Amino acid sequence: MRISRWVADRWVMGVALLVLFYLSLPILVVAGLSFNRPSSRLSYDFNEFTLDNWKQPCATSDMCDAVVRSMEIGLIATVVSTILGTLMAFALVRHGFRGRSGINGLIFLPMATPELVMGTSLLALFVAAGVPQGFWTIVIAHVMFCVSFVVVTVKARLSGMDRRLEEAAMDLYASEWQTFRRITLPLVLPGIVAAALLAFSLSFDDFIITNFNAGTTVTFPMYVWGAAQRGIPPQVNVIGTAMFVIALLLVGASSLRGRRARRAALAAPAVGAGTATSRS
Amino acid sequence: MTALAQLPTSSGEPAAAPIVRRGRYKLLPYLLLLPGAAWLLVFFALPLLQLAAASLYDPSGSLSTGYAMTWAFGNYPDALQAYWPHFVRSFAYSAIALVLALLMGYPLAYAIAQKAGRWKNLLLVAVVAPMFTSFLVRTLAWKTILSDNGWLVGLLRDVHLLGPDGRLLATPVAVVLGLTYNFLPFLVLPLYASLERLDYRLLEAANDLYASPLRAFQKVTLPLSMPGLIAGTLLFFIPATGDYINAELLGTPNQYMIGNVIDSAFLVRLDYPQGAALSFLLMAAILAIVFVYLRKAGTEEVL
Repeated sequence: MRISRWVADRWVMGVALLVLFYLSLPILVVAGLSFNRPSSRLSYDFNEFTLDNWKQPCATSDMCDAVVRSMEIGLIATVVSTILGTLMAFALVRHGFRGRSGINGLIFLPMATPELVMGTSLLALFVAAGVPQGFWTIVIAHVMFCVSFVVVTVKARLSGMDRRLEEAAMDLYASEWQTFRRITLPLVLPGIVAAALLAFSLSFDDFIITNFNAGTTVTFPMYVWGAAQRGIPPQVNVIGTAMFVIALLLVGASSLRGRRARRAALAAPAVGAGTATSRS
Repeated sequence: MTALAQLPTSSGEPAAAPIVRRGRYKLLPYLLLLPGAAWLLVFFALPLLQLAAASLYDPSGSLSTGYAMTWAFGNYPDALQAYWPHFVRSFAYSAIALVLALLMGYPLAYAIAQKAGRWKNLLLVAVVAPMFTSFLVRTLAWKTILSDNGWLVGLLRDVHLLGPDGRLLATPVAVVLGLTYNFLPFLVLPLYASLERLDYRLLEAANDLYASPLRAFQKVTLPLSMPGLIAGTLLFFIPATGDYINAELLGTPNQYMIGNVIDSAFLVRLDYPQGAALSFLLMAAILAIVFVYLRKAGTEEVL
């Protein structure tokens, strides 16, 4: 019994590590290829080590233009969808209103609809309405599919919040605005930041919906798609690796902050106990 | 991506009852909802209606001369007749990929939730790490891994799993592997969220009552992980079936899925009625499968 349990434990972990290897293999390849001098335009094999791609990431200037455009679209879509989604999350968690299930459905459906259907239907709408496709139609599309993810993320943070903290502020004669500004907002902020980061990454990486609504505007994923037919410049792998490293640093920084905050909370148990007892 | 992990639980009502306010606050929730809801109505719901209309346009029209609305329901059987193999292929590929993903994703989620101890967060980051880089760039990386001159094909040829001219790239295997890889994290995260809440003492109790490990899994672990399993399979299956990036980059026209056909109908052939009809058929088929699946699985509260 003991031995079989031991084997079962190790067996599961072994499979898990193999699967993680499968998941990380392409990233290692992308990082490796960013140091590659390809033998020909259409070759995907590793040929020769070079630092040139990292020294001149913008050697193919239309690729860098596409990266900049993706960042612009990502930033605008993130700001708009974060505002819209956060307002909706507040309404859903903090207020009673009629038509809640309809609103929930409207928020849930875009996450369950295939991207292909959202992309083609927006295209059909823009064409029927005579709206020329380009930068702003991409922004509109990105805001549309990011909003739901923002709502879900902020809602999770809001509904896990201790309402008594706000009640305490009100008891201590804080105005509603002061309570919101000094208590509610700081507490929800991590959720809003997480939602914004999620929205930006969804927008920056979106291909399918963008492809149907871009007109002649080229985002980074659109550039890669087009280049896959003509031959991928190795700098694409530099951008791919840089994106990965930046995202990893962000995650690392936030987990370090979280750990420091937890340690600080442990170091000052008296304060925590004080606030808890003063309520009762 | 953490939002996806919260999907199964967070769509339910919040634990604390919302406050119903009177007076000047009565309108506040509607004002908060208005901009977002309007955006979703105009740019998500309305387009679906337009797509439905476009699927019934006179197929003899064109984008330059304009389409006439003739309620041409014949577009649907016509589209299905021309492209049913692509439909079959889409569902077959994503079903095989789903089975592979379950075989890989369940042990992974279980190991992270129950066995990883202090490494839990690190392993979770490793699961979502592929999403830190571009979808297209990491799919192209598979082109390098599976290439005819690559180590993987060389190894498989040496052990005679592949013939001397055998290939991986441009085969169904490559497309299915790509689909499995790209959507695996969507399966693992919700599954992890349910398995993490699993009380290990229940398994010990099963063990004490002389259940074999397999039986304990069947009777305890599997039923308790059902909500995550259902959410995860849906989050995997829906995008995988509609995907056409993997088929385009790792396959050939012989592996094209329905997405490739819809893409070319709208962007190359400019046959909007047919593209719209195919899109609607895809959505209807996916919704039907999701509905039947949720009925069978018996947990409708997931949605």
